[in-house]
Amino acid sequence: MSNLNTGMVEKYRNNFLNEVEANVEEGEWVKMCMQCGVCSGSCPLGPYWDHPPQELFMMIRAGKREEVLESTSMWMCTSCYNCLVRCPRELPITHIMHGLAHYATRLGIEPKGQPTRQFAQLFWDNLAKNGRVNELWLGVNLYFMNGFVNGIKVAMGMAGIGLGMYKSGRLSIKELIGGHTVKDKSGFKAMIKKAQELESARVDK
Amino acid sequence: MSKEYSFYPGCSSQEGASSSNYLKSVQSMCDVLDIKLNVIPDWNCCSASIGYCGGGELPRLALSARNIALSEKHNQGQDIVATCAACWLATKETQERLDDDAGLMDETNQALAEAGLKIENKTKIRHMVEVLIEDIGYEEMGKHVSKPLDGIKIAGYVGCQTNRPFGIEGESFENPKYLDKFIETLGAEPVEKYDKKVSCCGGALAFSEPEKSQALIKDIIEAAYDGGADMIVTPCPVCQMNVEVYQDKINATYGTKFNMPVTYYSTLMSVAYGKNSKQSGLNGQIIKAKKLEEVASK
Ligand code: SF4
Ligand code: SF4
Ligand code: SF4
Ligand code: SF4
Repeated sequence: MSNLNTGMVEKYRNNFLNEVEANVEEGEWVKMCMQCGVCSGSCPLGPYWDHPPQELFMMIRAGKREEVLESTSMWMCTSCYNCLVRCPRELPITHIMHGLAHYATRLGIEPKGQPTRQFAQLFWDNLAKNGRVNELWLGVNLYFMNGFVNGIKVAMGMAGIGLGMYKSGRLSIKELIGGHTVKDKSGFKAMIKKAQELESARVDK
Repeated sequence: MSKEYSFYPGCSSQEGASSSNYLKSVQSMCDVLDIKLNVIPDWNCCSASIGYCGGGELPRLALSARNIALSEKHNQGQDIVATCAACWLATKETQERLDDDAGLMDETNQALAEAGLKIENKTKIRHMVEVLIEDIGYEEMGKHVSKPLDGIKIAGYVGCQTNRPFGIEGESFENPKYLDKFIETLGAEPVEKYDKKVSCCGGALAFSEPEKSQALIKDIIEAAYDGGADMIVTPCPVCQMNVEVYQDKINATYGTKFNMPVTYYSTLMSVAYGKNSKQSGLNGQIIKAKKLEEVASK
């Protein structure tokens, strides 16, 4: 367990709802949930979630800290905003799902092998480095993230798609070598660094 | 006099990227409608809906705030226009969040100062379809049609993020009609009661959860076939890519025989406005839009 994680358990004396309210994006909304179940019924990948949004909110109130934060569920949010526009209590559910996933990552207890977790981290690293996303690089890394042999298999399976995209001018080999980037890289990076510092100062206080 | 906007193309529409053909057709369409797009100098990626893993709230807000600040500096007084649903959404969400929370606004400006920028947050953030509906209007859009898309039946797939949570003024979340109206305006026939028009295709998860997403995509294409569609049209680059490029894989898994072209509203407009196949980005199709090709070569 990371220090931040154990620190948080002590700080909130196991009151997980308070912890979520203080540290998770839009977490102060969780207590407003009236358990109607509309969100869970609206979720496109809902059948694959161990705990759909309604259940996660109930579990937060019941103090099931590890079960919530280590869950793969919220990593299957496609950001379709179905739940958010339908919730009778107007909870920003999509953002709470992202917020829970981010908070678990910050504490270092997220489900490491979850594919969207891996993809999302690659996406962020690619973006934070260049200011723009390099789709080809992202794709190549994605295929190989589960090891070399598996990477070859995935890449072979996806090769038809890549080739089609390449032929139609929608995938550029140039991108892999140089590729898309912002000009003011140093300003861009300094901005991200500052934002991260300010945010960490808030969470750690 | 041409209408000028501050343009945010986003990663997927830059040259050599997966939706570069979208950009092409948008340029052709804007050329006819006398819309001038001034690209935001040195714009950065907004991190879409998938940046939350590595990026906390503030770093993500800073990303879109930088674009707004650059726009306010270089394209002063012009509304920001995005063609990507996710770009539009992320930028608009940032604007709202900063408006609601003075503390976040202050911290965002501290971060921006590191790049020598400052955000006023007074700029309107719009999707290209809003510009078409609100600033141009259906009537004017129809006036420029030189090659009506007669006899083509089209399923208008709106998807999620162009529709929720903000949506288009005057349209409902569950059954928006504007894409069908676009189709009619151009002389084609919309599929009535296309029940998958606002269903999710999996978005970015098409990459990380391919089987689960392809099951969603299969239903979207099947419903279009059921409605007698010749093709699908969408306003979202992620939708376009997801619904078009995985059809072979879906066929292999489910034994279907899908071969359904998927284009943008701007592709339709560009063709109906008399632009050729290349100008309309039709060469970027992986599944050829044969009926549009026929019109374009007339
Ligand atoms: S829809 Fe809203 S109120 Fe109903 S269960 Fe979901 S979050 Fe709670
Ligand atoms: S936004 Fe996320 S949580 Fe809400 S319905 Fe869509 S996938 Fe489910
Ligand atoms: S939404 Fe996609 S394409 Fe648009 S800028 Fe953001 S990440 Fe890049
Ligand atoms: S339909 Fe698909 S791509 Fe389009 S917005 Fe939804 S998830 Fe994104």
